[in-house]
Amino acid sequence: MAARTHKLVGRVVTKGWKLYDQRLAWVLVAPVLLLLTLLLLLPIAMMTVYTFFTFVTAGVESAVLTFDNWKEFLTDSYYHGFLWKTVRVGAITAVICAILGYFPAYFIWATTFKHKWLLLLLLIVPFWISFTIRTFSWIHILGEQGLINVVLIRLGVINEPLPMLYTEGAVIMGLLHFLLPYMILNVYVSLESIDRTLIAAARSMGCTSAQAFREVTLPLSMPGLGAGLLLCFVLAAGSYVTPQLLGGSRDALFGNLIYDTIMGQLNWPMGATLSIVLFVLLGAAAAGYSRYMGLSQIMKGLSA
Amino acid sequence: MRAEHPDREGRWAWRLTGVITVCVYVFMFAPILATVVLSFNASMFGGFPLTGFSLRWYEKLLTNEPVLDAFRTSMWIALVTAAVTTLLGIMAALALVRFEFRGKQAINTLVILPALVPETILGVGLLVMIKAIDQPRSMTLLVLGHILLTLPYVVLIVQARMVGIKRSYEEAALSLGAPRVSTFREITLPLLVPAVLASVLLAFTISFDNTSASLFWRPAGVETMPTQILSMLKISISPEVNALGTVMILLTVGIPLAGGLILQSLSWFKASK
Repeated sequence: MAARTHKLVGRVVTKGWKLYDQRLAWVLVAPVLLLLTLLLLLPIAMMTVYTFFTFVTAGVESAVLTFDNWKEFLTDSYYHGFLWKTVRVGAITAVICAILGYFPAYFIWATTFKHKWLLLLLLIVPFWISFTIRTFSWIHILGEQGLINVVLIRLGVINEPLPMLYTEGAVIMGLLHFLLPYMILNVYVSLESIDRTLIAAARSMGCTSAQAFREVTLPLSMPGLGAGLLLCFVLAAGSYVTPQLLGGSRDALFGNLIYDTIMGQLNWPMGATLSIVLFVLLGAAAAGYSRYMGLSQIMKGLSA
Repeated sequence: MRAEHPDREGRWAWRLTGVITVCVYVFMFAPILATVVLSFNASMFGGFPLTGFSLRWYEKLLTNEPVLDAFRTSMWIALVTAAVTTLLGIMAALALVRFEFRGKQAINTLVILPALVPETILGVGLLVMIKAIDQPRSMTLLVLGHILLTLPYVVLIVQARMVGIKRSYEEAALSLGAPRVSTFREITLPLLVPAVLASVLLAFTISFDNTSASLFWRPAGVETMPTQILSMLKISISPEVNALGTVMILLTVGIPLAGGLILQSLSWFKASK
């Protein structure tokens, strides 16, 4: 029946073009393809070329090809320090996000609360609030004039304000604040896809609720947890604003290093090299992930 | 739905889950709340303790020319970005959902890429690009960059909706002799309206909110709202920044919420007819 309609439709619209003509698809997708080629693929290719250019002086480089930038990156421990710190902060943030995010995701999924949508809406609301504002608002909690210090001093627990702001801990706190909704939504989406009768079955077969969780729910929610971990790691390791606002000078991450190299020192070849390093690092994380899980889970998370 | 007969262990675990959930929500909103509260603080300094209620920081904001300029700039950029990205996104999603063609999978992945590549890298990439063709940074570059940043989200939203629209509606119109363009206008587009509205809103907020990449792309002397806030924060956290933050929160949370409510009441109105 469907095939017949198809034929019928085909006959009516043709005029040289089939109903789902490939040419039409290309026409529709062409502007986006052009945009992505010019603004994404080409720039990445050119950055790669730039890593082999010679730095002359601030803002000036020559097209004499050299391995100097790569040598400098590979031998200078200054850069290794940044790389290691970025990976560490990204990993710590992602893991804490996973632990803290699983509980709310599970709660929203399992609750019998009638207005569940409200809990979900509250997770979306932070996405609408300016990231810069969400980040600097932590100064009001952690700073010398922040809520914690002011309250503790009033209560007489401490005499001097605690130095909490401009530390690595503050940076991680800010990143958690930014990334938790991503993690919770990712886990929630994969919990939603679990057939609840499986859990009831496990329970009726004599599993304790802890066993049922460990053996059924947790493994089945792994795709969401994995996608959340990857997303949090990538976004944390690529962050710029959070370390800038909440970290001290020693808490800068790779993104800040790139910004300073390009916008401050105007050393474009080195800046390009560092960008490619970060790109490859995060790309490797994503590729490793997609080998096991596939990227479709990420798309589910992004569109949730 | 919890397990039907929770054991003791299960009940404790459930309580713990509830407590942590509440803590996470408090964690999410406490700092934002602090900013809103402090914007009404009479104190000369941006932090605690509270010394009295005052609206003077809002008054000061209204006469702050750089802030108003940045606001107008961001508004324009976000409007243009939202319009262009939504248009391009609908076209691409139409092709990716309705058609079969070679390289479709690759394009699907490519479209998502800007959401996964860190903004610093996208930022440097475009700068290297215009440096190579010897062009200065311009508003066009900034808008193009924002279109790139918002595209993945728009395509994903429209795709998700498009999958749910049956082909047979379009095919029926076509088989009755309707041209493709009017089929799209009369059949597909009305069914896509929720996705289109969601796309426009999301693209608008992402563009309006973008910070890191905009720091790279903005032309010399131009500030967008977030970069203006960043430069205000360089000196110290002033009560004026708190007031500005509160206004922005009201705008960016209020507009989508109002939009959602209007949509909901519209569909209710339609249903009751």
